[in-house]
Amino acid sequence: MRRSFVTDHSFVSRLFKTRAIVAGVVSLLLISLLLARLGQLQIVEYAHFASLSKENRVRLMALPPNRGLIYDRNGVVLAENRPTYHLELIPEQIEDLEATLLGLGEVVAISEQNIEQFRTALRTHRPFESISLRTRLSEEEVARLAVNRHRFPGVDIAARLSRYYPQRTSTVHAVGYVGRISEKELNTIDVSNYRGTTHIGKTGLEKHYEAELHGIVGQQNVEVNAEGRILRVIDKVPPIPGNDLILNLDLELQLTAERALGDFAGAVIVMEPQTGAVLAFVSEPTYDPNLFVHGISVKDYAALRQGDYKPLFNRALFGQYPPGSTLKPFVGMAGVDAKAVGPRESIRCIGYYTLPHDKDHRYRDWKKWGHGKVDLADAIEQSCDVYFYELAHRLGINRMHDYLREFGFGDRTGVDLLGERSGLLPSKEWKRKIHGKVWYPGETLIAGIGQGYMLATPLQLAVATSVLATKGKKIQPRLLKEMRAYNGEVTALSAPSVSWVKLGREDIWDQMHESMRRVLQGEHGTARATGWTLKSYEMAGKTGTAQVFGIAQDEEYDAETVARKLRDHALFIAFAPIEDPEIVVAIIEENGEHGSAVAPIAMKIMDKYLLEEDAE
Amino acid sequence: MPSKYEFDTAYQSRSARVLQTIRIDPVLLLGLLILTLAGLGILYSAGDQSAELMQKQIIRLSIAFLVMLVVAQISPQQLYLWTPWIFAVGVILLLMVFFAGEVGKGAQRWLKIGVRFQPSEIMKLATPMMLAWYLSERPLPPGFRSLIISTVLVLVPTVMIAMQPDLGTALLVAAAGFFVVFLSGIRWRVLIGTGLALLAFVPILWRMMHDYQRQRVLTLLDPESDPLGAGYHIIQSKIAIGSGGLYGKGWLNGTQSQLDFLPERSTDFIFAVFAEEFGMMGAVLLLSLYAFIIWRGLYIADHAQDNFSRLLAGSLSMTFFVYLFVNVGMVSGVLPVVGVPLPLVSYGGTSLVTLMAGFGILMSINSDRKLLSK
Repeated sequence: MRRSFVTDHSFVSRLFKTRAIVAGVVSLLLISLLLARLGQLQIVEYAHFASLSKENRVRLMALPPNRGLIYDRNGVVLAENRPTYHLELIPEQIEDLEATLLGLGEVVAISEQNIEQFRTALRTHRPFESISLRTRLSEEEVARLAVNRHRFPGVDIAARLSRYYPQRTSTVHAVGYVGRISEKELNTIDVSNYRGTTHIGKTGLEKHYEAELHGIVGQQNVEVNAEGRILRVIDKVPPIPGNDLILNLDLELQLTAERALGDFAGAVIVMEPQTGAVLAFVSEPTYDPNLFVHGISVKDYAALRQGDYKPLFNRALFGQYPPGSTLKPFVGMAGVDAKAVGPRESIRCIGYYTLPHDKDHRYRDWKKWGHGKVDLADAIEQSCDVYFYELAHRLGINRMHDYLREFGFGDRTGVDLLGERSGLLPSKEWKRKIHGKVWYPGETLIAGIGQGYMLATPLQLAVATSVLATKGKKIQPRLLKEMRAYNGEVTALSAPSVSWVKLGREDIWDQMHESMRRVLQGEHGTARATGWTLKSYEMAGKTGTAQVFGIAQDEEYDAETVARKLRDHALFIAFAPIEDPEIVVAIIEENGEHGSAVAPIAMKIMDKYLLEEDAE
Repeated sequence: MPSKYEFDTAYQSRSARVLQTIRIDPVLLLGLLILTLAGLGILYSAGDQSAELMQKQIIRLSIAFLVMLVVAQISPQQLYLWTPWIFAVGVILLLMVFFAGEVGKGAQRWLKIGVRFQPSEIMKLATPMMLAWYLSERPLPPGFRSLIISTVLVLVPTVMIAMQPDLGTALLVAAAGFFVVFLSGIRWRVLIGTGLALLAFVPILWRMMHDYQRQRVLTLLDPESDPLGAGYHIIQSKIAIGSGGLYGKGWLNGTQSQLDFLPERSTDFIFAVFAEEFGMMGAVLLLSLYAFIIWRGLYIADHAQDNFSRLLAGSLSMTFFVYLFVNVGMVSGVLPVVGVPLPLVSYGGTSLVTLMAGFGILMSINSDRKLLSK
C-alpha cells in the first residue's frame, strides 16, 4: 500500500491538486450563484416580497359602531343595547370535547339543535376561534355557569351588545325593531359601512332612521400569525356610534292611551297641533319586538300571524278606516265656506233623505224619527246624517273632494315612518279611472257622512283635527324630536313642513269649535256623557261610527268573535283646551260600536296631558 | 523541511501546541465554533425563543463536538484499516432497515439496536471512506474496471437509501462517492461522456414513468403550481428571504418566521429565517463562513500525506458544500425541495453528529500531516 503512494507521489499529488482547485473554484462559483439568487430576491424583488410579507401578517378588521339609543321626550329609554350572554367554546383549549358538552348539558339547557349547530361550526372555524354553543343565557344560567366554571377549561361566557326594547309591547309600532340583515337588504345598504354589523332596522323608526342610528364603521389593522390569530393592533380608526333618537313620544301618555283603549283593537294618535309632535302612537293589539331581535321562532311567528286581531299590523300607520261622522266637521266647514249652506241655515231632518229625482231610495239617518230642524251646529252636536246628505248633495263630490284634500285627506301626512298609507278620498275622476264607472249622486251623500269609498288613516284624522284646532295650520306630524350625537351634540330637526288652510271667513273656525264643544257639553251632544265628567278644561270633539261591511266568506271565526267582529268601529276626534288647543287626539276602536264609547278614552289622555292626572 | 519546522515550533503558542497534541486544527475549529454559535443564535429566533429547544440543541452540539474530538484521535491509517468493515456493517444495517426498520413520516429510515438511529447517516461517511480506500490502492487516474467497481460501491448504498425513501441523504451519499472519484483524477472525457449519457437517459426515463410520477416531478420542479400543498413552503420561504431586503428585519423581528408563516423554520428552512432577519448582508457573511470552512477542508486535503486521506478529506469537504448548496438552493427556490438541512445550523441531531465526525476525520488527517512532517 505504501509503495504506490511513494512511486507516483508527485504525479498523483499534482493531479489531485488540480482537481481540488477545480472543485474549490466550482464551489465558489455555485456559492456566488446562490448569492446572486439572494440578491435577486432581497434587492431586485424586495418591494414585491416586502408587500407580500405585509399582506401575510396584516389584516384589516371592521369595528362595528354601537347603534344609537331611542328615548322618549322625557329621556325614558325605548330601545337600548344590552349585553346578552353567550356560551362559547374554544376547541383548542378543551381536552375532552365530548365530556365538556355532556357536562355543560347538566348545568345549562343545551338542545340537540345547539349541539348540531356547534358541530357544524366546529368544522369551519379555526381551533382557537370561539364557537357559540348557546345564545342568550338567562341570568340564572350565567350564575350556574360561573360557579361551575373551573370544571370547564376553554368554556367562556361572552357578552355581546344586542338590541333590547325595555318597554316590550309598548311603542313597538312606532319604534319598530331590528333583525338580522337579510340577503335582500345587503343589496340596498353600503356594505362597507355594515362590515361587522349583524342587525338592521326592520320596521318603524328603527328602519326610518337606520342611517342615523347605525353610525360609521371603524377599522383596525391587526397583526395576525399564520393561523390567523390576532397578535396586536397596529393602528385603529375607532367607529363613530350612531345618533341617539329623542322622540316627541311621551311614554307615560302612550301607556295611558294603551290602557284606555283596553283590550280593543284600534289606534290612537295624540299630537301637538302647533308643532306636529306625535305624543302617542298606539296600535293595538301589539307584540314584543324583542322576539324578533334574535330571530323569532316559527311557533311564535305563526301565533302572531294567525292571531284574530293581527298584532303585527300597524293600525296607526297602515290602517285605513271609513272616518264616518268624524268627517262631518270638515264637510260642514266646506259647505259654509263654499256658501252651499248658510252658517245658521236650518235643514229639516225627518229620519231619512231622498234625492230629488229618486224618491224611492231612502238614505237613512241613524235616528229613525229624525232630528227635526237642525242647523250646522245642531247637526254636528247630534251628528245628524240627513243634514249632511243635503249638504253633500249641494256641494257635489268634486267640491267636497277639493276641500277635504286641503285638510289632508287622501294624502300622506309625511310622518317619519316608512310605508304610510294615503287613505282614499273619492272623486268622479277617481272612480272613472279606477273602477271605469260613472259617479252616482247617491255616493256623494254617503261620502258626506264619511262612508262609502272614503277611507282615512288615524294619522290623517289627527292631522285634520289639528288643522281645525289651529284654525288652518296643517303640519307634518313627526315622532322624532331631535338627534343627539355620541359627543352630546344635539341636532335639531329641520322645521316640519306647514301649509295653511284658508277659509273665506275666520268665524267659520270659531263656529265649528263651538259646535264641537257642544258634542260634549250640549244638551243633545253625542258625547255628552263624557262631557259631564270634564274637569277644568273644555274639549271639542266629534264622534264617529264606521260600518263594518262584513266578513269574507272563507274566514273562520268562532261565534263569539264573529259577533264582536261584526260590530261597528267607533271613532272619536278631539282637541283641548278649546281657547288655546294644546293637544289633539284621534281614536279608532275596532268594533267599539259607537263613537260616544270612545270619548272617555280621549278624556283620559287629555287629563293625563293637561292635568297630569292618571285616570286610574 | 527543517526551516518550516523551526518556524512552526518557534512561533507556536502554548495553546496551539496543546491543540496539536490533541489533534485539533484551530483554524477549522474556529470556523466551526463561529458557525455553530451563529446557528444557535438564529435557532433561538426560529424556535420561538424556546429554552427547551436551545437546551436540546446545545446538548447535541456538545455531543457532536465530543464525537469530533474522539474521531480526531483516530489516525487515518487506523481508519484505513477499519474502512471495509465499517462499510460492510453499514450495508448490513441498511438491509436491516429494509426488513425491520421503524416507519416514521411515511419512510422507513430508523433502526433500533439499543439506540434509535439512521444507518443511512453512517453511509454518508462510510461510502467516501470505502471509495477512497478502494481507489487509493489502484493506480491513479482510475482505469475502466476501477470505475465500474467504484460505481457499484456508490450505487449500492445510494439506491438502498433512496428506496427508504430518503432522497436527501441518497443525494449526499452519491455526491460523497462522486467527489472521491472526481478527485481521484477520473479523465474529463469519461466524466463528460458519462454525464451526457445520463442526460440522454432522462427522456427515456421520463417516457417510462407513470402520469402521477411525472406530475410529482413537475411539482418538484415548479412548486408554485401547488401553492397550498408542496408549493406553500417555498412561497413562504421566498417571501421571508425577499422581505428581508439588504439589512434584514432584525434579530427576532422576522414576521414570516415569528408569526408562523414559514414552515419547518427551525429545521430545513432555517436559512430563510436568517435571511429575513439579517438580510443580504447577513447572508453574505454566513455564506462566506461556509466558504471558509470548505476552503480549509480542501486545504487539508491538498496537504494530506497519502491518497486515502487526500481523497477522503476532499470528498468530505465537498459533501459539506453540497449540503449548503442544496439547502440554500432549495430554500431560495432555485432547486426542488429535497430534505437537506443547513449543515451545523438546522435543528436536529443525526446529521450534526455525522458532520462533526467528518470534521473529526479532517482534523485527524491534518494532524497526521503535521506529525509526519516532524
